Amino acid sequence: MFSLDLSFYNWELFTNYILKGFLFSVQLTLIATVGGIVFGTALALMRLSGRSALVYPATFYVNTMRSIPLVMVILWFFLLIPMLIGQPIGADLSATITFIAFEAAFFSEIVRAGIQSVPRGQGFAAEALGMTYGQNMRFIVLPQAFRNMIPVFMTQTIILFQDTSLVYAIGAYDLLKGFEIAGKNYGRPIETYILAAFTYFIICFSLSKIVRKIQFKVAIIR
Amino acid sequence: MSLDVGVFCKSTLDGEVVDHCFSALFGLGQNADPSYLDWLMKAWGWTLAVAGLSLIIAIILGAFMGTLRTLPVTNGMNRVLVRFSTMWVELFRNIPILVQVFLWYHVIPAFILPLKALPSYWLVSIALGFFTSARIAEQVRAGIQALPSGQQMAATALGLTTFQSYRYIILPMALRIVIPPLTSECMNLVKNSSVAFAVSVPELTLFAMQAQEETSRGVEIYLAVTFLYALSAFTVNRVMSLIERRTRIPGFITASSDAVLAH
Repeated sequence: MFSLDLSFYNWELFTNYILKGFLFSVQLTLIATVGGIVFGTALALMRLSGRSALVYPATFYVNTMRSIPLVMVILWFFLLIPMLIGQPIGADLSATITFIAFEAAFFSEIVRAGIQSVPRGQGFAAEALGMTYGQNMRFIVLPQAFRNMIPVFMTQTIILFQDTSLVYAIGAYDLLKGFEIAGKNYGRPIETYILAAFTYFIICFSLSKIVRKIQFKVAIIR
Repeated sequence: MSLDVGVFCKSTLDGEVVDHCFSALFGLGQNADPSYLDWLMKAWGWTLAVAGLSLIIAIILGAFMGTLRTLPVTNGMNRVLVRFSTMWVELFRNIPILVQVFLWYHVIPAFILPLKALPSYWLVSIALGFFTSARIAEQVRAGIQALPSGQQMAATALGLTTFQSYRYIILPMALRIVIPPLTSECMNLVKNSSVAFAVSVPELTLFAMQAQEETSRGVEIYLAVTFLYALSAFTVNRVMSLIERRTRIPGFITASSDAVLAH
């Protein structure tokens, strides 16, 4: 029977190995969330515009991204970006671009559902007041839609944080990698995998508890 | 840049073109000199095997745990079961799948020694199955709670025990309701099976990485692999919609649209 010894896990190990990976995972999550929401909103507006020149490319993009495993998307970008720009690119930067592009497809579906959840009368009323399409979206529809979407955005961000561990495929230094390297250097791989699982669990579990609280607060009572 | 499909007819041993490329498709791996096409097809087989085994584990455990979560808390036993299934879902939902795969591969066999004898294919499938079971459990719970509460009450009024009312009244309805969300979970499972590369199961993603390195024809290799993933997920989608149509009870549950592609 294997006996567990966690005494090697100290502040020094944390700052030397884990912190760097943790910061990268968090940074990747935040950048991909913001970028994903911006590009996702653009994709959603394209899909709802009703103009086939906008609808079809956006739909094709979203469906393609959603039918490929994330690991393959990460590998694709890592292969294609250097081919297109003609010079090698680091795993960190490649991962960041990949996650923005990938999450845009998922956030666009959330935004689309959010916009459709705003009662149609709201948009009609804005039109009747003489607002342009842009004003209508900017002042009437999107503010309500985004409020409805906040909990779903946060849930997607938690999933995204878990998914960042897949940058393992191209060797980027994220939270999981930090634990793995620490485990190798200290000769304690089993303990560090347990600690990695524990760390991810604590973060994701507490975040999902917070999301559940926020869900009640932001609900628009009609 | 042009595509060179010929790479699939090259031998994996010396990089020379083999003369039985497409016949190789049908005599899987029987040739002394396997081509990349052989290897690709074998890798696809591994992907389907991992996805298939974990699907069985996930559906059985997911339906079971999802049902437990909805038990009426009328006695101590039920309370324990509800708490246990809730913990199950939270545990397997809040740890990234890749970390769970490493736990099953590196950590758990150190504590449960007989697991050391299992090949990594089994361990990955268990990891994927448990991970997905938490998601399926949530769908099943939602399906059960979507039923009108009158169903349960009527069952109780007829004198059915809790077990009987689940067996004959609630589950036959709820399991039909959850087929559409289950479809997208199954498609996710096919895609998630790609994490098996991390513990050296020779499936499509590992093939993509290794063949890309050996041949430097990354685009062709990745296109083929991506196509096979999409094809597998699409097939799952069609099979599930067939099951949905076959099990539908006319007049009871309104036809739901096909599950959206993935996630």
